[in-house]
Amino acid sequence: MDIAWYLVVSALIFCIGAGGVLTRRNPLTILLCLELMLNGANLALVSFARMWGGESGQIFALIVLVVAACEVTVGLGLIVAIYRRRLPVDVDELSELHG
Amino acid sequence: MSAHITTFAWLVLLFPLVGTIAIGLGYRWLPGRSAGWIGTAAIFLSFVVAVLTLIGMLDREASHRVLTSSLWSYDFSVGVDAKVQILVDPLSVFMILVVSGVSALIHLYSVTYMWKDRGFGRYFSYLNYFVFSMLLLVLAGNFILLIVGWAFVGAASYLLISFWYRRTTATRAGLKAFVINVVGDVGLVLGTFFLFKHTGTVDFLKTFHEVRHVFAYDSPDLVAACLLLLLGAFAKSAQVPLHTWLPDAMEGPTPVSALIHAATMVTAGVYLIARMHPLFEHAVTAADVGAIGGCLTLLIAATVALVQTDIKRVIAYSTMSQIGYMIMAVCVGAYAAGLFHLMTHAFFKALLFMAAGSIIGAMAGVQSLDRMGGFRRALPFTFAAFVVGGLALSGMPPFSGWLSKDDILAFLDARHGDFEVLGIAGYVGAFLTGIYTFRMIFRAFWGAPVPEARELEQGHLHHAEVPRNPMTGEEEDNEIGFPGPGHYIAEREWPMKVAMTMLAVLAVFAGVLQIPGVDNAVTRFLAPTFADSRLAHIDVHTGSAWIGLIVGALIAIAGIAVAYRVWVARPGTSTSLRERFAAVYGFLAHKWYFDELIDLVVVRPVLWFGRIADTVLEPAVIGGVVTSGTVGVVRAGSAAVRRLQTGFLRYYAAAMIVCLSGVALYFLISSS
Repeated sequence: MDIAWYLVVSALIFCIGAGGVLTRRNPLTILLCLELMLNGANLALVSFARMWGGESGQIFALIVLVVAACEVTVGLGLIVAIYRRRLPVDVDELSELHG
Repeated sequence: MSAHITTFAWLVLLFPLVGTIAIGLGYRWLPGRSAGWIGTAAIFLSFVVAVLTLIGMLDREASHRVLTSSLWSYDFSVGVDAKVQILVDPLSVFMILVVSGVSALIHLYSVTYMWKDRGFGRYFSYLNYFVFSMLLLVLAGNFILLIVGWAFVGAASYLLISFWYRRTTATRAGLKAFVINVVGDVGLVLGTFFLFKHTGTVDFLKTFHEVRHVFAYDSPDLVAACLLLLLGAFAKSAQVPLHTWLPDAMEGPTPVSALIHAATMVTAGVYLIARMHPLFEHAVTAADVGAIGGCLTLLIAATVALVQTDIKRVIAYSTMSQIGYMIMAVCVGAYAAGLFHLMTHAFFKALLFMAAGSIIGAMAGVQSLDRMGGFRRALPFTFAAFVVGGLALSGMPPFSGWLSKDDILAFLDARHGDFEVLGIAGYVGAFLTGIYTFRMIFRAFWGAPVPEARELEQGHLHHAEVPRNPMTGEEEDNEIGFPGPGHYIAEREWPMKVAMTMLAVLAVFAGVLQIPGVDNAVTRFLAPTFADSRLAHIDVHTGSAWIGLIVGALIAIAGIAVAYRVWVARPGTSTSLRERFAAVYGFLAHKWYFDELIDLVVVRPVLWFGRIADTVLEPAVIGGVVTSGTVGVVRAGSAAVRRLQTGFLRYYAAAMIVCLSGVALYFLISSS
């Protein structure tokens, strides 16, 4: 199959993720959308690896998975902390660091 | 053998340096008078080594007596070879002998004189530091080290004038001296730059060698350089119009006046001109300016000395006058005569200051001649010393001052032409010297004894109930920063007596070194330094020299006779003269209005500029443009940045995505 299809799917997933990050206000949803973006990138990496026949792209994808796991841990921790302190679960409300 | 001579010369520098460091760091733990004895011993050792240097030098052929030695090279870049280098030749050996010898005696005198002062250790540390600086100045082998020594003696002079730092008059005098000295330092440094620009070397001997090749005879460039050097010499040697600091410098302790402001530092200008003689002979215009300046100074200072009432200030003005003779001498080419006068003057002027210190001790700090009188019987030793010093200063035969001063004047006559005018001015100055010197002696020692003198005749040294500033009459205490409670007279203290006796002997007999037609020891000794000089070889005919000596002696006797008539034979004469010539008296009592003139020309414009800067420049430029402007720019910039920080996470994310997409697009487009 032509590599272009994979890349199109990957770009679509990435854009859906980016759109979600920009438009949603719930931090949990934003985290999920970030995961979508990362996995869109992973799909591109794996496709390129397949195209060149090497394994470095796949290794990159594995590393991205590890980083994504770390990121989700920290992100979910933050969200749990927000719930516990009974703060609004809305990123627009959490704008105390404005200038 | 040459290594020995230069090693000795380095040792001459080492002892005072060790002394000042040892006393300066250890004064807390030095018991009793030991700080004074360490200081005196250091200078005395320095003198001994200086004598060894002299002996080593006399062993050598006359043509091999100019030696240099450098410890290390401080810096070598862009052609400046700044070595720590000394030049040991007859001139510098002559100077280190005079400086270390007189300094050793003055240290000895100070051990007693300053004993009760709370700053005893500090005093000797400063004094050693001064001697080190002065020796460095005269031994320097290049301009760099000369400037270092030159600035050091200025600093030491400042420290010692302001020694009693709680006296406002003393601190002001110190500042005045320092500021005027710095004017001279600037002249010296600029002159050095000027010479370096043309000759490309800072080494003395190389400069002297280059000068004849680089500059045309009397070329404007060289004259300008020499005038700048002359500015330095005039400021350091208190010559008109940069002389006003010297009378005020008498605020320092009396031995300091004897050492710095009579015997050594103020002669640095004379030394400088003598050292730079190849330059000045090649730039005769500058030399003539110097000679005329010296001549004016000797007349102006002598007339002012006629009316001053502070005993130390009279001697200070007489110092200026005598240095005027020396400057005149070295500027016209009478190097040996000028330096010979420098030496004899160091002896008799230090002696006069020491004797004045003894009188001031008997008066419990009072320095005004108006309050003194009749000390002849109460202070016999001081009286004898003062008269010896006074006769030498006036130029009475056979005292040393007679031979040295008339040596200068005879040389001026031998150069003929306009120089004879300077010579005649010198004789007028000699006449005035006799008058003011013996005015001082007659007013302090003749007449009815004042209460202090009577008290002393009964064996009791007067002590003031409340110590007062001799200039303003303000009340003081005896704590640190003011003079201590002790008053000393030479009659009772052996160190003072020994120092004064030795100086008195020298003041009488030092003249035998240079008797016309008999021996010319000073001229012969200094000849190697001045071997390349055109003027040093002008021979003064022995007969005319003796005629000059006889004329000088007669003039001195005439001056003393006038003083005797005015202040002893007919005591009312001075009052009636003062009333009759009130305008002249006022003019002289105000010291020719030089202080007022400098105040008007320099001080006031600078103060005015300072006020303008304070009221106009400061608020408008510094406060308005510089400070407020910077603050405004920073504030506006940060306001713009702050507005970007909305705190909305999604804005940041959007900005990042837009920017990254932009970058990605740019690369995509540019790569295709």
